[in-house]
Amino acid sequence: MTTTQFSLGAEEASEVIELLPKPSAALRLAEIWHYRELLYFLIWRDIRVKYKQTALGILWALLQPVALMAIFSLFLGRYAQVPSGGTPYPIMVLAGLLPWQLFSQALSESSNSVVASERLITKVYFPRVIIPAAAVGSAIPDFCIGFFVLIGLLPYYGIPITVRLLIAPLFVALALLVAFAVGLWLSALNVQYRDVRHAIGFLIQAWMFVTPVVYPLSVVPHKWRHLYALNPMVGVIEGFRRSVVEQQPFPGRIILVSVFATVVVLAGGLFYFRRMEQTFADII
Amino acid sequence: MRTSSDVVIECDRLGKRYRIGERQRYSTLRETIADRSYRLFMRRQTAAEPPSIWALQDVSFEVRRGNVLGIIGRNGAGKSTLLKILSRITKPTEGRALIRGRVGSLLEVGTGFHAELTGRENIFLNGAILGMRRAEIVRRFDEIVEFAEIGEFLDTPVKRYSSGMYMRLAFAVAAHLDPEILVIDEVLAVGDAVFQKKCLGKMGDVSQSGRTVLFISHNMLAIQSLCSDAVWLDQGRLRELGNSRDVVHHYLREVHTPQVDRVWSDDEAPGDQNLRLQRVSVRAEDGTNAISVRTPLALEFQYAIARRHLRLNLNFFLNNEEGVVIFNSDTRLIDLAPGVYRSVCRIPGDLLNAGTHSVSVAFVRDEAHMMVESADVVVFDVEDSTHARGSWYDRWPGVIRPMLEWDTGSAEGEILPLTATGSRE
Repeated sequence: MTTTQFSLGAEEASEVIELLPKPSAALRLAEIWHYRELLYFLIWRDIRVKYKQTALGILWALLQPVALMAIFSLFLGRYAQVPSGGTPYPIMVLAGLLPWQLFSQALSESSNSVVASERLITKVYFPRVIIPAAAVGSAIPDFCIGFFVLIGLLPYYGIPITVRLLIAPLFVALALLVAFAVGLWLSALNVQYRDVRHAIGFLIQAWMFVTPVVYPLSVVPHKWRHLYALNPMVGVIEGFRRSVVEQQPFPGRIILVSVFATVVVLAGGLFYFRRMEQTFADII
Repeated sequence: MRTSSDVVIECDRLGKRYRIGERQRYSTLRETIADRSYRLFMRRQTAAEPPSIWALQDVSFEVRRGNVLGIIGRNGAGKSTLLKILSRITKPTEGRALIRGRVGSLLEVGTGFHAELTGRENIFLNGAILGMRRAEIVRRFDEIVEFAEIGEFLDTPVKRYSSGMYMRLAFAVAAHLDPEILVIDEVLAVGDAVFQKKCLGKMGDVSQSGRTVLFISHNMLAIQSLCSDAVWLDQGRLRELGNSRDVVHHYLREVHTPQVDRVWSDDEAPGDQNLRLQRVSVRAEDGTNAISVRTPLALEFQYAIARRHLRLNLNFFLNNEEGVVIFNSDTRLIDLAPGVYRSVCRIPGDLLNAGTHSVSVAFVRDEAHMMVESADVVVFDVEDSTHARGSWYDRWPGVIRPMLEWDTGSAEGEILPLTATGSRE
């Protein structure tokens, strides 16, 4: 205990900062790590506030995916006869909707998060990356509520609950990572160009239809699937679906392509954001 | 002997340039793309640099470990910009600064407070935002609560707090920050007198403990009593650096040259795209030229509302030369369509004390949003009046000097026995 404190003190005492006009291009990951507790507190604040303000918070989180599931099942599953690759359509679509909504909520929150934090940004210093990251995290509880609904529905449709379920969190994490990666770009762009905000809704909507949410991956021709998987949400949804409701093997290469795309967008986003954040206080 | 490690802050020709015109600060992506492609095809010359202003220029100074440095200057002199650079919120446009040690900055009281959260929750949130670790907050939690005097309201959402309680809690968290260098922007202007005193005491403790403090204030008494040295910024440049008493003295001598009628040109006027202050004046209502303690005054504000209907509170603060707010008055809520307006406030005679007074103005929209704020818009001297009050020639004690109603008459036959009122059960 004493030694920890001593070493912390020594580390802080030796801190020398040079302030220069030129924006730094470095990622400064150690600094982000240093502020990890703030990330935790901001996520905690968002979740706290969200469920405090709306008495219907939990109900709302239940209602949204269930209502969408019912609508899609009726119109797409039954009337339009969209295939569902062996599993009952309602389950197939719910297993797609849950990670999708997690992603879309996380992405739209994080894209607007920096602009919405104007006061913090102009009054306190901390690595701004924390802001979109926290916004992503605050989408988790809604997802968890929906996830329990899905698990509860599985026996009703005669689908066994297996150990594969344990792999699902990996794809949930990947969904959050994709949202964070894209959120980095959009939130920074949003500071500089205020019309980005209007594009976000459209982007998310269009993105949903190029992702196998309301239809299974199997409707996409084989030869296009790897190209299709450059949309990182393809790997997320497909991986999640297979770990929860479908008992087929994981489409390894598709998931790899999606992970690769995520890493590229994330790395670029981090560099772009870290560079842009140095001017946020002046233009926000 | 001074060694280089004694110097914890080194500013070397720091400068910061801002672009003028708040509306042009950010653009739309559509415009930018359209503009770039236009330039690409039309081979047009690059557009002229947008007009800009140097908020800070060529500022160099050093602060040694354990010093408490006051930063003074008029509004817009670059004080806040300097602190924002040193807090790493914004980058300098030129020059460089070197900082040795962990900086904690407090540029606003209650940054990051959330109205829906309780006092307890906000202590943790605000502490984390200010850079405290969770363990540190836990350790100092009781001290913070005690300092804030919020007791039983600890688990009440702060939206139900009185503004005094809110400020106390916010300051309490900040006061328990433990950085080596503490940067503070005008936070003592809040709260009641008792609490201000407590805050000043706390700041005194902080400086006693050997930490370095940079501190902006309009309260010259606070600057003189807390700071060993002071920096005077004037229009972005360093005007004077030295012993705080001397610097404050020189500053006051210059700032309080009376200016009883102030008219702004369109591009200088304080305001934003919705509202501009055009003119502020103070005049004697009885038609005399000199303002004495007896003179009733009329304070006139002329302003233009540009684009849309506004629900406003026009507020002003009357300050004395020590920076103490004598009172604050406002129009109540007024509903105004675009146009030019004049609001007049009458200050009765026999109210103000002799001395230099200044007026700061603030426009608040919808009872919640500060739109325009400008300090020391007019400055006027109130002369002592020889025939005002008998033969007392020294400066009257007190912040104000009201003429109050007194009655004196014979009290014989009405006096109760002293024992009746003096005894207690």
